[in-house]
Amino acid sequence: MSVVTLRVNGQEVAVPAGASLLEAARAAGVELPTLCHLEGLTPVGACRLCLVASETGGRLLPACATEAAEGMAIRTDTEELQRYRRMTVELFFAEGNHVCAFCVANGDCELQDVAVAVGMDHSRFPYRYPHRHVDASHPLFALDHHRCILCTRCVRVCDEIEGAHVWDVAQRGSECTIIAGLDEPWGAVEACTSCGKCVDVCPTGALFRKEDTTAEKHPHAERPEQLRRAREQQQWRNQ
Amino acid sequence: MSDLEPAGAAAPSTAEAPAKLRLATVWLAGCSGCHMSFLDLDEFLFDLAERAEVVFSPVASDLKTFPENVDLCLVEGAVANVDNLELALTLRQRSRMVVSFGDCAVTANVPGLRNLLTGPEAVLERGYMELADRGAQLPHAPGIVPELLEKVLPLHEVIPVDLYLPGCPPSAERIRAAIEPLLHGQPPLLEGAAMLRFG
Repeated sequence: MSVVTLRVNGQEVAVPAGASLLEAARAAGVELPTLCHLEGLTPVGACRLCLVASETGGRLLPACATEAAEGMAIRTDTEELQRYRRMTVELFFAEGNHVCAFCVANGDCELQDVAVAVGMDHSRFPYRYPHRHVDASHPLFALDHHRCILCTRCVRVCDEIEGAHVWDVAQRGSECTIIAGLDEPWGAVEACTSCGKCVDVCPTGALFRKEDTTAEKHPHAERPEQLRRAREQQQWRNQ
Repeated sequence: MSDLEPAGAAAPSTAEAPAKLRLATVWLAGCSGCHMSFLDLDEFLFDLAERAEVVFSPVASDLKTFPENVDLCLVEGAVANVDNLELALTLRQRSRMVVSFGDCAVTANVPGLRNLLTGPEAVLERGYMELADRGAQLPHAPGIVPELLEKVLPLHEVIPVDLYLPGCPPSAERIRAAIEPLLHGQPPLLEGAAMLRFG
């Protein structure tokens, strides 16, 4: 296995070739906030929370979606990055309709977690109050678009792990939205196996089980990695 | 934080005891849950009474006019109507330190949900006409029932705010951790989930 060596905040670290900057940072003991990233799924660099700076300048790099290269030197916690991260989280809150008080994910929400991590005590941006809807057409689950941050974890887990590809992203800009099937009610999409993986990986209260009410959602974001590992290492006897 | 020296310190005092900090609490568009949580401070309320004088509060004073020279003002609730707006502007003028107290003040929270409807007319129409079981009628009593603002706003979009204390409601522990240092003229450390988590 070939290895690349690089520096993270001045510290030398060696990672397998092909590893991401996020993996390199973690190998150096540096935790970066993430929302769209999830072990076991293809990285997309959608949320921009894991941005890091190259010591040689240039544009900021999404650590999850950038391959570590020999001789690279990155900084993960400059003042500029801290400022951008807090702004990004504030914009997430201002963009949608995130009302923690009665949210199904209150207390077990990754958006709340990153708000704490970046020290957000209020949003400096005015709230947009976009008009979105709730799709409760599925017998077991529901999708509340008000709480969606467009991380696309649901899209990826359904495509890459379950192989059903129920979810997609439609429209652009402020109209951007997750759709089921060909923009149909979720309950009408025959491809859906009702496996619940999308609900398990959703970082907010956007996707939830209908029986869960305020603060009752407890996601299982570790499952894609478990499933991928089990398949790759043939941990099941019937494979 | 020299700006937190009690205002009373400058006034002539006959007693030996140090001047008490003049504390106000205000209830705008909220459910009073933050004030209930404040009362959950239990025995710390005795310590608080030693160091602070509550000069205006829906739960501890019967004054109707916001007083002058307030040192510390905790504001629960969002700014939703003309009375809220007037009181917010007054308390800012008369207080040295203003705290956005709880999620409604910090984010507009539940009262802000009416912003999803376009304007006060649509809100009143929905609440008093469409959803009425009988006797549907729009409330209208100028000078008595305050008019709704076009949008419900977080406090900091109306007046400058010095400190944010999120939570729905902030727990008594969180409130104490924020105001205890302030009573001693120190800024509180607002970090980590125990102090910052919304909801």
